[in-house]
Amino acid sequence: MALKFPIFMDAQSTTPCDPRVVEAMLPYFTEKFGHPASRNHPFGWEAEAAVDVARQRLATLIGARDPKELVFTSGGTESINLALKGVAEMYREKGQHIVTTVIEQRAGLDVCKRLERQGLSVSYVPVQPDGVVDVEEIRKAVTDKTILISVMFANNEIGTLQDIPAIGKLAKEKGVLFHTDATQAVGKVPVDVEAMGIDLLSCTGHLMYGPKGVGALYVRRKGPRVRLAPMMDGGGHERGMRSGTLPVPLIVGFGKAAEIAQAEMATEGERLARLRDRLQDIILSSVDEAFLNGRPDRRLPQNLNISFAYVEGESVLMGLNKETALSSGSACTSATLEPSYVIAALGASAELAHSSIRFSLHRFTTPEEVEYVGQRTVEVIKRLRDMSPLYELAKEGVDLKSIKWKAE
Amino acid sequence: MAYSEKVVDHYNNPRNVGSFGKDTPGVGTGLVGAPECGDVMKLQIKVNLETGVIEDAKFKTFGCGSAIASSSLATEWLKGKTIDEAAKIKNTDIVNELKLPPVKIHCSVLAEDAIKAALADYKEKNAIGAVAAASR
Repeated sequence: MALKFPIFMDAQSTTPCDPRVVEAMLPYFTEKFGHPASRNHPFGWEAEAAVDVARQRLATLIGARDPKELVFTSGGTESINLALKGVAEMYREKGQHIVTTVIEQRAGLDVCKRLERQGLSVSYVPVQPDGVVDVEEIRKAVTDKTILISVMFANNEIGTLQDIPAIGKLAKEKGVLFHTDATQAVGKVPVDVEAMGIDLLSCTGHLMYGPKGVGALYVRRKGPRVRLAPMMDGGGHERGMRSGTLPVPLIVGFGKAAEIAQAEMATEGERLARLRDRLQDIILSSVDEAFLNGRPDRRLPQNLNISFAYVEGESVLMGLNKETALSSGSACTSATLEPSYVIAALGASAELAHSSIRFSLHRFTTPEEVEYVGQRTVEVIKRLRDMSPLYELAKEGVDLKSIKWKAE
Repeated sequence: MAYSEKVVDHYNNPRNVGSFGKDTPGVGTGLVGAPECGDVMKLQIKVNLETGVIEDAKFKTFGCGSAIASSSLATEWLKGKTIDEAAKIKNTDIVNELKLPPVKIHCSVLAEDAIKAALADYKEKNAIGAVAAASR
């Protein structure tokens, strides 16, 4: 098959909509445009029925007992905000302490920072060098004031999967609620809120081949019944937890995406893991001093994250970005000029945090694309190394740490 | 971020990548930046000891595309200049030539630092400005 450019290998930023999803959505923009809360005519009934089907499909995908436990939102960020702020406000009397990790995505960390400014205390548990959080560290952080543990299911940069069932068990034992940001995991790997002891779970449509603009928060109704203070006041939709007219076409698409994921996850996961392993092999067999980030046997099947010593991430992407869309742990492309806090949290040196590249494959990635991207990456790294004063010094046997660098 | 055409050109076709022997007569070396900041530039000049003119210049850079372009451009500009003329190259000249956005201005600052460091190293090795240094 001929290659089509540019090649998309940044599927942990977003995924393309599956054409089957788009097809399912289309009627709900035009002829089936009703408001699901319109209880008195067929337009409303039709829309409500469609939302119910989607809710059921999503409930099935994550193992929820009752579809009513799902609250539709605008996406992962809103779900995380609602979970953390909603719990913090509702359970204020019970306690004012949250336990989370240092590698949560920005939404999780930034909500926690805001809650801290409002007087709550938050413990940020570190991760081990392989990206896995030691459950014992979480146990140590929990106090009698703790109301919530919030740990991401799969990391957005390194794809590392946390020991969610063990954390769920710990939360039950301590009588603390457990939220997981599963935006990267749902639809990719098996998720079961019952078996895993999850009380709150955030997920989003656009990372599982559904549309952008829709997400969901799972809120447990039984054992324990989780209560949340809403962020949106209004018509009392979604059991009062999230007022606002439901975006029916998006929800229908999200539901369709969940149905497809349910049916195809196992075979797709195996296929992507094979392709990912091939890509990893092409690169690591040809480039010296390239380091795999995250625990190899516990990560999302489509994720590959490598730090290339002596070259800077943005310059690597610049060499590839005309033909391949990738992402760098280095946030040099934004205004912050900060290295990846996730890679830094693994204990890697700051320069390696500046040089991590994330390859994320998806449902439509082909073996030919993998071969091409692998070879091109090797070429670009070699070219940049020839241009790198650090590589030159290292090859001369100079210990880079022995040099007195004059930081700006 | 979209890069200017000139930055892309320097990135794809960097001028004067390489190294001179540090102890070769007439060579001045500047090594600036820090790995943990994501930018390190090594810039070298080779000065004709009789005329004081920079005959050749080379660089190696660890950093983003704008850092590579800034140092590549600097080596181009250095060639043919006297060391006094070279000292007048300003980071703002590099910003203007490469149309660097505000978040990349530090790349041009680093390139100016690299030029200054290479000139200082050359002067030190050749005992130029010893009087000025002594009076400091």
